[in-house]
Amino acid sequence: MNRLAKMLAGTFLAGAGTAHAADLEVTHWWTSGGEAAAVSEFAKAFNENTDHNWIDGAIAGSGGTARPIIISRIIGGDPMGATQLNHGRQAEELIEAGLLTDLTELAEQQGWKDIVNPPSLLEACTFEGRIYCVPVNIHSWQWMWLSHGAYDAAGIPVPSDWNAFIESAPKLQEAGIVPLAIGQQSWQQRGAFDVLSVAIAGVDAWRKVVVNRDVGAAMGPEYQNVFAAIETARQLAADSNVQDWNQATNMVITGKAGAQIMGDWAQGEFQIAEQVAGEDYTCLPGLGMNEVLDTGGDAFYFPVIDDPEVQKAQLELASTLISPDVQVAFNLKKGSLPVRGDIDLSAANDCMQKGLDILKAGGILPSGDMNLTPDTQTQIEDLMAEFWSTDMSAADAQAHYADLIRAAE
Amino acid sequence: MADLSSSHSPDGKRAQRPMSLFRNLPAKIASIPMILTALVVFVGGTAWTVVHSFTSSKLLPNTKFVGFDQYERLWTTRRWLVSIENLALYGMLSLIFTLVIGFTLAALLDRKIRGENVFRTIFLYPFALSFIVTGLAWQWILNPDLGIQHVVRGLGWESFTFNPLNDPDIVIYGILIAGLWQGTGLIMVIMLAGLRGIDEDIWKAARVDGIGTIKTYIVVIIPMMRPVFVTALVLIMSGIIKLYDLVVALTNGGPGIASEVPAKYVIQYMFRAQNLGQGFAASTMMLVSVAIILIPWAYLEFGGRKRG
Repeated sequence: MNRLAKMLAGTFLAGAGTAHAADLEVTHWWTSGGEAAAVSEFAKAFNENTDHNWIDGAIAGSGGTARPIIISRIIGGDPMGATQLNHGRQAEELIEAGLLTDLTELAEQQGWKDIVNPPSLLEACTFEGRIYCVPVNIHSWQWMWLSHGAYDAAGIPVPSDWNAFIESAPKLQEAGIVPLAIGQQSWQQRGAFDVLSVAIAGVDAWRKVVVNRDVGAAMGPEYQNVFAAIETARQLAADSNVQDWNQATNMVITGKAGAQIMGDWAQGEFQIAEQVAGEDYTCLPGLGMNEVLDTGGDAFYFPVIDDPEVQKAQLELASTLISPDVQVAFNLKKGSLPVRGDIDLSAANDCMQKGLDILKAGGILPSGDMNLTPDTQTQIEDLMAEFWSTDMSAADAQAHYADLIRAAE
Repeated sequence: MADLSSSHSPDGKRAQRPMSLFRNLPAKIASIPMILTALVVFVGGTAWTVVHSFTSSKLLPNTKFVGFDQYERLWTTRRWLVSIENLALYGMLSLIFTLVIGFTLAALLDRKIRGENVFRTIFLYPFALSFIVTGLAWQWILNPDLGIQHVVRGLGWESFTFNPLNDPDIVIYGILIAGLWQGTGLIMVIMLAGLRGIDEDIWKAARVDGIGTIKTYIVVIIPMMRPVFVTALVLIMSGIIKLYDLVVALTNGGPGIASEVPAKYVIQYMFRAQNLGQGFAASTMMLVSVAIILIPWAYLEFGGRKRG
């Protein structure tokens, strides 16, 4: 009897011990090789440092596929414990409807305001003075990745900016190499357009159009150059018939393509392929023209769940995500920049150092996600999808674009 | 048929009429849940959608009315116009080819051939696959480096080009091929059932009169199979209007926006672009287009029957 009682007490205690642990389902769309390796750093840290369990809810496909699923789950009353979203205007209405957890107290306790750099990241998480998300990394679109293998095969030096790249293109084509790799998905085509507009029209014109929605500037000569440039880019990418961005990156890695315009998440793919920045590939922030980076990125939101255990787990996950060790481990795998200015990233490679230097020098743009609503962005994506797949003229595309900017809210 | 004729018999009608509301009471009580579902979910949901298509709803529905703004924007959007064009083209061709191929196959099987079961299974088999699987399979079949083009070139015809999925001008035909492959089997089976319902004596009479086989089919059998054709028509048309997953799996609307369809526009604007108002306006237009096709047909079909 005594033994039985002890056993019962034991199980009871064990039960009490696990009562504090919660299973937290975390949804995200990090599924390519480099991304999956990075997100497993989060899961590892959360499982090891807290009592709670990370239940991985990866959703395959890009953010465009995953976001509707995530949002409809939150709206439909089946919220997950935590979810990745790009911060910016995507979550505005969810916050207004009171569906997301207010993290302000935790943020004040840990002094996020002082550690998050650049501050615009935390501002993007802030709605009417309250903080609703944890930024986890900084991603910037403004990068071009060049394959040393391809340029060696063509017997010419690796170009140092967009104009030199255009000049080198015919040589690449002679050597049977596709000059520019781009996946046939509209978000990639819009991304390339955004990058080219900052690089070619310059920051001032870009700001006028995207931030202030100045239609005159959208029709202006600076933007005319941008549309001429994407017309050239369309010719150079004519033989690139892959779909996913990482397939396009793979063309650069294997030397089948000369270059790709893609955000710094492409870096994770180069790392998985064990390529070394500066030796096997070169990165050009701002296409070598305008060294500024936008500061988009990923953030985690925590839907309101009426269960104290889960709420506790949510807050613990939030502080885990932004803790220094986790930031370093995650961002090294992901190829993105950490959100904290106070951590040592000497382990970072050549390209990441370039990015860090630009951030330090203050070459920062607010990302498109923060300026334009998803509605306007979808319309621009539709326009770009049409432009890249047909022979639509640059002037027509510019006129359509100006219309969209005029109608933007 | 027996049921129908008995209820039409004059005596039965006169005796039952005053009590018709309470006739078969248990059956009527049993169908209340379905009636409620139909009213609340279908009619109510439709009305709610139509009302909100006149608002500026974004991620969450609101009731700020903006008149016809959403519709104006819809009909000036290139992508929507392309979608409508694609659906019209796909719809027309799919309707014609599904009926023709379905009926032809059924008629061939009906000629008492050997191994009918085998052929029927082969033709019906694609229908057991979801559109997503169909789409992926045809993506490979139509891929120039793996599929038909590769095989034909391998046989020695080097200049052969068949690459519908990457050509904006003909991509919709690529989707049509996959759609037909998937859908004709079912129509064939329905037609075959209809053909089997034709009395053997009709054939004998036709033979006595010396009418040829093909002419018998066209002049005698097809008119007799009217109800079967109506069923097939409804099935095909509903499949056309809701065309979505096949496109997603096969081309995802590409290249560019060349193979977009209305249902995809609705989903895209409702959830991805977080603009419910625009999505609702688009889905209301889909409803209107269905109504335009359906109402005259229903009027002819049911209005005609009452008179007869």
